[in-house]
Amino acid sequence: MENREIILKHYTSSPYKKDEVTNDYQKIEVQSSTCVDHLNIYIKLKDGVLVDGYFNGEACSIATSSCSILLTNVLNKRVEDIKKFIANFEKMCNDEPFVEEDLQEAIVFKDIIHQGNRKSCAFLPYQGLKKFLEEN
Amino acid sequence: MNIEDFPMLKEDLVYLDNGATSLKPQCVIDKMTEYYEKYSANAHRGDYDISFKVDQEYEKTREEVRRFINARFKEEIVFTSGATESLNWIATYFFGKYLEAGDEVLITNSEHASNVLPWFRLSNKLGIVIKFIPLDDNHYVTVENIEKMLSPKTKVIALASITNVIGDARPIKEICKLAHENNIFVVMDGAQSVAHQKTDVQDLDVDFLAFSGHKMCGPTGIGVLYGKKELLEEMEPPNVGGGMNESFDSPQEVYYKDLPTRLEAGTPNIAGVIGLGEAIRYLENIGMEKIHEYEKKLRNYALQELLVLPHIDLINIESDSGIIAFNVDGIFSQDVAYYLNKYKVCVRAGNHCAKNLKAETGVQNSLRISLYFYNTEEDIDNLVELLRNKDKILEEMI
Ligand SMILES: Cc1ncc(COP(=O)(O)O)c(C=O)c1O
Repeated sequence: MENREIILKHYTSSPYKKDEVTNDYQKIEVQSSTCVDHLNIYIKLKDGVLVDGYFNGEACSIATSSCSILLTNVLNKRVEDIKKFIANFEKMCNDEPFVEEDLQEAIVFKDIIHQGNRKSCAFLPYQGLKKFLEEN
Repeated sequence: MNIEDFPMLKEDLVYLDNGATSLKPQCVIDKMTEYYEKYSANAHRGDYDISFKVDQEYEKTREEVRRFINARFKEEIVFTSGATESLNWIATYFFGKYLEAGDEVLITNSEHASNVLPWFRLSNKLGIVIKFIPLDDNHYVTVENIEKMLSPKTKVIALASITNVIGDARPIKEICKLAHENNIFVVMDGAQSVAHQKTDVQDLDVDFLAFSGHKMCGPTGIGVLYGKKELLEEMEPPNVGGGMNESFDSPQEVYYKDLPTRLEAGTPNIAGVIGLGEAIRYLENIGMEKIHEYEKKLRNYALQELLVLPHIDLINIESDSGIIAFNVDGIFSQDVAYYLNKYKVCVRAGNHCAKNLKAETGVQNSLRISLYFYNTEEDIDNLVELLRNKDKILEEMI
């Protein structure tokens, strides 16, 4: 699939996008400082492993699909590995050397992050999860 | 009109975000450069020729602003950094002294954050109560709805003359009449109106007015606070320091200068003031009536073209300004804005700093185009052509 199609697939029919909220999840709320993107990410951690997660909110195609792809990649991973995954994605966003293979589908944003503001859209869910994992 | 005056329009740019800021004509840029190149001295130090020239230009602009909004006195014109600072100063340094716990301030859900947060802060500090005037079905403010909200505790009505999201105009003159009959002050946020139509503060009878230079072909970082003289006399100087004092021998013996200098401590934004003066002369040369009429015509043209597209949801069909808010059915506003950006069409997506408005319109985000006199039917045609095919937007937005 082309990058565009992958992004659209995650944007329009993400398996992780759910409107209902159950209270046995921990909620991470991220709001973009430059635009209206607003995401709520819900995760369940068990013994240092992220065992379940979903999200909702109101955000553009890039922030939404990036959140969906992030969840795809971090489900059933250990917190340390998730932190590494986030750090690798952040390096790509900052034009620093990064490991392409490790990003899996998240590599689809490689070019888009150079389009104006869209880097902050793609990074938004990572920013939220990163902060949460650092603080918890 | 006057496209040739704008260096930014020499490129094939379709700039439809004039509500955020306007483009600058060459004459304003030149006038500011001239200050930096030819007489770059400080103000209020007229001991030598170039400083004297600064004072002349600076005070000439004050007179020009006075004439532009038809204030009675030059002293009623205070330079600030913009509408936001003006509104903060009015709320904090006039009403912060005047209001007491329990007093009520009326605003609406479609005010810009800069006309909400200063009041919220005052509410937390003084215990004043902020009340929201209900909007009618078109999200308009009516005098009847204000009347229903009045109580003996109502002390201030603070409203944008034209709102920045849906561009509705408020009947400021009628509101002032009602307010003054009830000993209520009116603060007018003119950020979206002063650039686009004639403002006459004496005819409106507003007590305070705030606006920004950058939305009216002037530079950024300069704005105006207008207040009736007797009220400004009571305003506490937001900053104290150089330029605004007469003498200060001890904390008990501090004497400030008269208005308006008293409210303008420190070295002012001289280039900004001089640029603003040029912008006002430029606008007056074209004519504010002419600008207003032209924008109305262009807005109607844009509406007529957009209404034909079935996937465009217009949020404000009625409006009194060059602002049109809409959504493309099923596509997030920001994605549409990014798509348009690929074709050098600049529009704004988002909630436009009026976060409370979503409670009123039920629409959280929208696209906004805001016109100015240098926009053309061709600009509209370009926009409409790009919006015509929804599949193309979906195809190209990523
Ligand atoms: C209605 C309204 N009020 C106040 C402001 C604040 O103006 P500034 O950012 O120039 O201070 C704006 C700017 O967008 C506005 O549209």
